[in-house]
Amino acid sequence: MAVYEDWSTERAAQVIAEHRHLEGATMPILHALQETFGFVPDPAVPMIAESLNLSRAEVYGVLTFYHDFRRAAPGHHVVKMCAAEACQSMGGKALADYAEDRFGVGMGETSPDGKITLEPIYCLGLCACSPSALVDGQLVGRLDRAAIDEMAECFAAGKDFGDA
Amino acid sequence: MKSPRIFVPNDATAVACGANRVAHKLEHELLARGVTADITRNGSRGLFWLEPLIEVETEKGRVGYGPVKPSDVESLLHAGLLHGGDHPLCVGLVDEIPYLKKQTRLTFARVGIIDPLSLTDYEAHGGYRGLKRAMEIGPSATVEEVVESGLRGRGGAGFPTGIKWRTVAAAPAEQRYIVCNADEGDSGTFADRLIMEADPFCLIEGMTIAGLAVGATRGYVYSRSEYPLSFVVMEKAIEKARDAGLLGKNILGSGHDFDLEMRMGAGAYVCGEETALLESLEGKRGLVRAKPPLPAHKGLFQQPTVINNLVSLATVPVILDKGGSFYRDFGMGRSRGTMPIQLAGNIKYGGLFETAFGISLGELVNDIGGGTASGRPVKAVQAGGPLGAYLPVSQFDTPFDYEAFAAKDALIGHGGIVVFDDTVDLARMAHFAMEFCAHESCGKCTPCRIGSTRGAETLEKVIAGEKREQNLELLRDLCDTMKLGSLCALGGFTPYPVLSALNHFPEDFGATPSLPAAAE
Ligand SMILES: Cc1cc2nc3c(=O)[nH]c(=O)nc-3n(C[C@H](O)[C@H](O)[C@H](O)COP(=O)(O)O)c2cc1C
Ligand code: SF4
Ligand code: FES
Ligand code: FES
Repeated sequence: MAVYEDWSTERAAQVIAEHRHLEGATMPILHALQETFGFVPDPAVPMIAESLNLSRAEVYGVLTFYHDFRRAAPGHHVVKMCAAEACQSMGGKALADYAEDRFGVGMGETSPDGKITLEPIYCLGLCACSPSALVDGQLVGRLDRAAIDEMAECFAAGKDFGDA
Repeated sequence: MKSPRIFVPNDATAVACGANRVAHKLEHELLARGVTADITRNGSRGLFWLEPLIEVETEKGRVGYGPVKPSDVESLLHAGLLHGGDHPLCVGLVDEIPYLKKQTRLTFARVGIIDPLSLTDYEAHGGYRGLKRAMEIGPSATVEEVVESGLRGRGGAGFPTGIKWRTVAAAPAEQRYIVCNADEGDSGTFADRLIMEADPFCLIEGMTIAGLAVGATRGYVYSRSEYPLSFVVMEKAIEKARDAGLLGKNILGSGHDFDLEMRMGAGAYVCGEETALLESLEGKRGLVRAKPPLPAHKGLFQQPTVINNLVSLATVPVILDKGGSFYRDFGMGRSRGTMPIQLAGNIKYGGLFETAFGISLGELVNDIGGGTASGRPVKAVQAGGPLGAYLPVSQFDTPFDYEAFAAKDALIGHGGIVVFDDTVDLARMAHFAMEFCAHESCGKCTPCRIGSTRGAETLEKVIAGEKREQNLELLRDLCDTMKLGSLCALGGFTPYPVLSALNHFPEDFGATPSLPAAAE
């Protein structure tokens, strides 16, 4: 489980200042903000715009174009299951259905208790050991039902996957 | 006595299959036994079905064990792992494994063998010889060496790399750039990832040579958020190269400057398209640019830019070291040199197989790859990623060659081959292709943005058996529109997986009603 900082304007300003000197700094700043806060809170948009001398609309356009950037906090645990072809060839789809059932959350959603976010991802480059997933930033290959069960149990017990 | 050198891969696939836990357990057990051993975290050899693969240096060569679980470590040590002792997981001398032995590793020569972050290892295995030669012969001879090699872009389009470099070198500019396309979004591919994690200095050297050759002083590697480990390894390698004077000002006293930065994408497949990638690097939405102007004339920040796939750039050091004609002697027809073919999906021996162009698809899937992992018959393979065609077994005699694939309306793309067994439903895969295009469309042109959504809906109707004939006709029309009216290959090539699925597997679309089972 990733631990993020609470939103603070000062902290955001600091993160922006650390990256603003880069060529094409928008993406590195958005990544850095998301890494700090877990998502890119709305008040960050005008701050980035001002710092890079862009319009708010431009920054907003970038923020919303890319699938990775979040505008709301994710669940405590984020499970991204590969939905691309090689993983499908090894039963990835059925496994994704199983995960939805087991976690009680639909693909692309966060559980109402804020515990788990389940999302598709398109290829982790682990296609020779499919199906695969990225679980709280950890790569997992040769994924099966037993691994999903273990995840569900760990999360329910307030632990990280693999810390059994 | 010299302490034995043990290798445990720090490659994403190996790690995803437990390599870090194996390494910890091994350290722990060695400590408990009071044995000192040197554990090197190498990259993977690319024989992924064996990962995590532990290797031990012995007098006869490196002996391998895999796939290893943490719970195997004790029995391995008991069996004499440190001296290459016998054990049920022992695969013998790794270099003698037929899968490796049959390969021609030019670009991937060091992959899995060296410590990825050791410049000493890198140079001991031929590293930086290419750059030194490039410095001796000078920029224009370097470009001509790449032209001579016949190297074509490994990112998909197959454009001659040397010709691209010539254009950039000739374009007047204040600032030129080298951009490495490491966005590797195709399912079934991991060649870029393997280089970044197993031999990052090879990419750094290739980009430095490119910089010297065309007069560029800055470079970017644009990789993906899906490759977290690659990013970390690359950043460390760049730092080390800088500290050693191999990046930065006056490289190796040559008077040339070149420096490099990593950048991370954010989950947009279309950003692998070169102009969308440049937009993204500039901090914008990943919208595809109309061409002309070509990136070679007006690329990053409107400056002349070499944008090449990672494998193209990582192949440059060996070309400079051994000569363009050496490289050119491998291959067939207009496909020169070697290709890292990536065997993926439902395959018994999945991994990276670098070989000269010309090997047949069937040999790759059946002889090298061992058929399916499930043990069921192969039904189809998708070659070249999500924009590539599905090929049936009846086309397995096709040689791996740009033109031979094009003649079958197929792509070699970035060299990925995804195998499916007989449980696959090609109508559903066609539907996925349309959905994927809709999901990833940059939105600039209607045929791609709207056509793919319509295509997915139409296929849903076909799958539901609704007005099948009319809907299939509509689907073919849509595909024509997408092929002709799309600005880039996302919209323009999505019809290939769709139509190949339909043409080769009409029964999955219910197009030809299957014979009724014996009447009651
Ligand atoms: C939708 C789309 C996605 C692409 N993705 C990649 C990619 O991930 N990596 C890559 O090298 N080329 C990709 N390409 C091809 C690039 O546009 C371009 O041809 C390539 O970077 C040129 O380098 P090369 O000549 O060395 O192959 C993609 C093209 C399209 C249309
Ligand atoms: S074909 Fe699709 S991805 Fe390519 S430019 Fe048009 S809308 Fe964008
Ligand atoms: S397709 Fe799932 S990891 Fe590549
Ligand atoms: S996203 Fe560019 S073609 Fe569909």
